[in-house]
Amino acid sequence: MPPAFVELLQFLLSGVTSGAIYALVALGFALIYNASHVINFAQGEFVMLGGMVTWVLLSQGIDLPLAVLGAVGLTMLVGLLLEKLAIEPVRNANVVTLIIITIGAAIFLRGLTSVTLGKDLHALPAFSGNEPLDLMGATIMPQSLWILGTTALIVLLLHVFFNYTLLGKAILATSHNRLAARLMGINVNFVLLLSFGLSALLGAIAGILIAPITATHFEVGIMLGLKGFAAAILGGLGSGLGAIVGGLLLGIIESLGAGYISSDYKDAMAFVVILGVLFLMPSGLFGKRGTERV
Amino acid sequence: MFKRMTKGLLAATVAVFALGGTAPAVAQDDPIRIGSFLAVTGPASFLGDPELKTLEMYIARINGAGGLVGRQLELIHYDTGGDANKARTFAKRLLEEDEVDVILGGSTTGTTMAVIPLVERAEIPFISFAGGVVIIDPVKPWVFKTPHTDRMACGKIFEDMQARGISNVGLISGTGGFGKSMRAQCLEVAPEYDIEIVADETYAPSDTDMVAQLTKIKNTEGLEAVVNPGFGQGPAIVTKNFAQLGFEVPLYQSHGVASKKFIELAGEAAEGVRLPAAALLVAEKLPMDDLQRPIVMGYMTTYEAEYGAGSVSTFGGHAYDGLMMYKAAVEAAGSADPAAVREALEGISGFIGTAGEVNMSADDHLGLDLSAFRMLEIQGGDWTLVE
Repeated sequence: MPPAFVELLQFLLSGVTSGAIYALVALGFALIYNASHVINFAQGEFVMLGGMVTWVLLSQGIDLPLAVLGAVGLTMLVGLLLEKLAIEPVRNANVVTLIIITIGAAIFLRGLTSVTLGKDLHALPAFSGNEPLDLMGATIMPQSLWILGTTALIVLLLHVFFNYTLLGKAILATSHNRLAARLMGINVNFVLLLSFGLSALLGAIAGILIAPITATHFEVGIMLGLKGFAAAILGGLGSGLGAIVGGLLLGIIESLGAGYISSDYKDAMAFVVILGVLFLMPSGLFGKRGTERV
Repeated sequence: MFKRMTKGLLAATVAVFALGGTAPAVAQDDPIRIGSFLAVTGPASFLGDPELKTLEMYIARINGAGGLVGRQLELIHYDTGGDANKARTFAKRLLEEDEVDVILGGSTTGTTMAVIPLVERAEIPFISFAGGVVIIDPVKPWVFKTPHTDRMACGKIFEDMQARGISNVGLISGTGGFGKSMRAQCLEVAPEYDIEIVADETYAPSDTDMVAQLTKIKNTEGLEAVVNPGFGQGPAIVTKNFAQLGFEVPLYQSHGVASKKFIELAGEAAEGVRLPAAALLVAEKLPMDDLQRPIVMGYMTTYEAEYGAGSVSTFGGHAYDGLMMYKAAVEAAGSADPAAVREALEGISGFIGTAGEVNMSADDHLGLDLSAFRMLEIQGGDWTLVE
């Protein structure tokens, strides 16, 4: 293999790995946005909780699969509680108010975690060892395969859920027209609750998958949440396909930018591309065209 | 103006009393006031917390042993949370309202620099626990500091490389304060050791993947070693990515990751990584005849007896050094008079602290040399001394 090709392949592999995580976070944003038009800024905290709770359970001597289940379950519970206690009581408030509530929830969750679980960095063990795999001269960690595989599986499951189950279709219907959905007998409050639970699930899984690579701590959700949000915007808010494409694209732009141009401007380049896309296509790559209903 | 005059008058009165031999009676009621401002909470709390604990613990011990020149010590502390503005306000309060005899503190370079103009004007000795070389370069008459500088860490790394016959080096630095400052220092001192920086990459502190930057470094012609100035999770990720890409050259980390946490985070990938660190990290592994051994062992056992096994950190050691240096200076001066203590601090030589042997002078208010850093290599999940 020519070295230039191996180099490109290496950049792509690393970009796709980060991108898959961004995509999972972006999907979480999309789910809640669809159900409520709220941008849930506590999404990054779901990511953080997934990693941190897994670490706590592991350190108590619980096996990895059980710890992962426990962390996902607990994070979902937090997501449901957030909706029940903070969003539902004021659901008739305007969207900006709800968004501010999620920012408050994010700060609260970060603070609570730092007080109860500490401010230290923690590493999770890689699921299948640390022996890098060789792929045509480039290397990839087994954990990256876990990330890519799990993300693909989740995307598939979500596709089936939204297109072939009554509940999934109910969520879709609510996202298209809330009032009409309610008139058709759909319990929109339950849909909203469910979307928070699902988002928390996605966030927790992303947080657990990436923790063996990056280590986890109470503030890890800030940047991952922001990147996921950027990915969601890039793909078009509310679009599932957009979230996935946006996430992968963001990861690849960052990696190619750092590799070929300059690592100093890695983050800047990603955001410049996003601005460029939004300039030409204000609703993102796959966002719904058209104007806001009045 | 009036304030300074009264203070001068007071000092003169005390001096007269001291000459007259009646000092003990006065001094008994009048403790030496030690002011301190530290980042006990906030992002730099890992610095401030052990520093404050160390000061409190050792001041109590000195008082228990009869105090300094017959006077008890009183610690007046304010928590800055790492905020330079708060540091300035508190320093003002320490100098003007609390009328302290000395200031020991300043966990970060930022908080220290904010305070320097105030102590210079008030003419009170100030010993900082922060790393930045700007604190003592250029020399300010009333300002001293205890920890090594990042410039010395670069020097130590390059010295080790020279011994191994390495001259082409790739840099991958974090863009946080620590990484940025150390990168600049490394670039500056590299020529002194005939080191050429052949690759110079950066990453943001919250980045989750540095494979792209490292791939670029790996493909650089003639690369012989990689240095990673950085702090927190970044270096652990760099170390893992470094192992993943199968580099055939050595990796050097900085003193910024000199803690067991780093080995825990980087896991097996940390094997063979070298880094400069203070002797405290390898206290038990120091040779029996090492001058620092009794000091660092003493500090470690005292601290861990109070706060639990494994709790000791080099940061608390900076506070220990500062307090002990002040103690030595007061004893040498025979009083806590600021001007006399300043003179004595400048005259300190052969003082052994946790950071190394300190030899101050009028144009060196740090007094450490490269021998204070130990070159360590990670083997079998633990530190080993490189000789």
